[in-house]
Amino acid sequence: MGHDTHKLEIFRGTVKFKSNVQKIWGVLIFLSIVTTVEVVLGIYKPDFLMSSKVFGMRLLNWIFIILTIVKAYYIAWDFMHLRDEKPSFKYSLVIPLVILIPYLAFILLTEGDYIFEVYQNGFIKWDF
Amino acid sequence: MEATVTHADTEGKVWSGGNKPLNASYGKMMMWFFIVSDALTFSGFLAAYGFSRFKFMNTWPIADEVFTHFPFMHGHKLPMYYVALMTFILIMSSVTMVLAVDAGHKLKQTRVAWYMFATIVGGLAFVGSQAWEWSTFIRGEYGAVETTGGSILQFVNAKTGEQVALSEFVHAEAAETEEPGDLWFLSQNSQADYTVAEVQEAFEADANVLVRLQDLDENGKKTILNRAESIEKLEGAKYIVQGANLHRNEYGSKLFADFFFFITGFHGFHVFSGVVLNIIIFTNVIVGTYEKRKSYEMVEKVGLYWHFVDLVWVFVFTFFYLV
Repeated sequence: MGHDTHKLEIFRGTVKFKSNVQKIWGVLIFLSIVTTVEVVLGIYKPDFLMSSKVFGMRLLNWIFIILTIVKAYYIAWDFMHLRDEKPSFKYSLVIPLVILIPYLAFILLTEGDYIFEVYQNGFIKWDF
Repeated sequence: MEATVTHADTEGKVWSGGNKPLNASYGKMMMWFFIVSDALTFSGFLAAYGFSRFKFMNTWPIADEVFTHFPFMHGHKLPMYYVALMTFILIMSSVTMVLAVDAGHKLKQTRVAWYMFATIVGGLAFVGSQAWEWSTFIRGEYGAVETTGGSILQFVNAKTGEQVALSEFVHAEAAETEEPGDLWFLSQNSQADYTVAEVQEAFEADANVLVRLQDLDENGKKTILNRAESIEKLEGAKYIVQGANLHRNEYGSKLFADFFFFITGFHGFHVFSGVVLNIIIFTNVIVGTYEKRKSYEMVEKVGLYWHFVDLVWVFVFTFFYLV
């Protein structure tokens, strides 16, 4: 199984742990910090992040989504030890998700926004 | 599997059989494929939530105002702290799970057992927290009124703009609640403390209360009507809504509660089945099944499922409570 060959580096090699157990605790600390940042931002909702919009969505929401994906990456790569799997296996699992999920989200959110517009501005209330 | 494979001339040729081209066992690979399909299921649900939310972008409830409770801290407004705690419980139990897998690779039976035990406790703590979250959500806090057109009217203090509970300004005797029969959920209104007429009358008498609509104004706050508009709006009242169920909820958009129950419920069910799987594997660890096998790969497989449940929660947390 090659279990003794854990890859012990995270952040592209900037942080290297001595053992797998240490790496686990390191990742926990990192995930806790990210969650704390999210909760603090969620409670205080800084005005400038609420008012500035990027691609029609508040900057704050983009930050939340990016931090979530960062957390998901470390859970999958270190807790589910995808980092130690063969690249072919790793990418056969991840690439379908990375393609299909944003695709579905894009389609449904665009459609939802269209219906919103119809409710808001349309003359026809129901037939669309 | 190994026995059926000829090693003779295929050794080293990755795609000609004889060795595992992806270097993962059958069981582990199937667990991963299940996780991928389950991830797509959850994304379907969350995307549907996003669809409905974009559809009603301007009237969707603000999560901060809905989830403000913390056990033993009644009356304090503590948005987010409770879910943050739940998130932390789940990440922590994920960590004990990885530690169990790690101890399994080193064939340390007692350590695996203890870490598995900690994981089970963490899982149960999470499911328990979720039950508390649900019951708070279902009970509701302020109560609201639904109009014939289906919009939810909430009440706020005219000076502070803070939400006011029905019981704070309606002084009519709380109605005798009928004995809720087995089918209480079919007749929503038998559960309300007051009648629509009582609320309208009390509202007209109390100049300190205003109606708040679900629509956001240009500052991104919920619109508050003035006295005259409020009284006029309240004439269209049809139901008293207290708490939340699948038909209507006092927080605003009906779909909000539906998706909340469905997605957190589906996730909670995953956590519950994860706990059951963990208990089965924990028992096997204790009786020494894997010690005899000299392989703790089963721990690794349930571990994958357990981390996946954590992974989904990270997204549910973002889309229900933060965004």
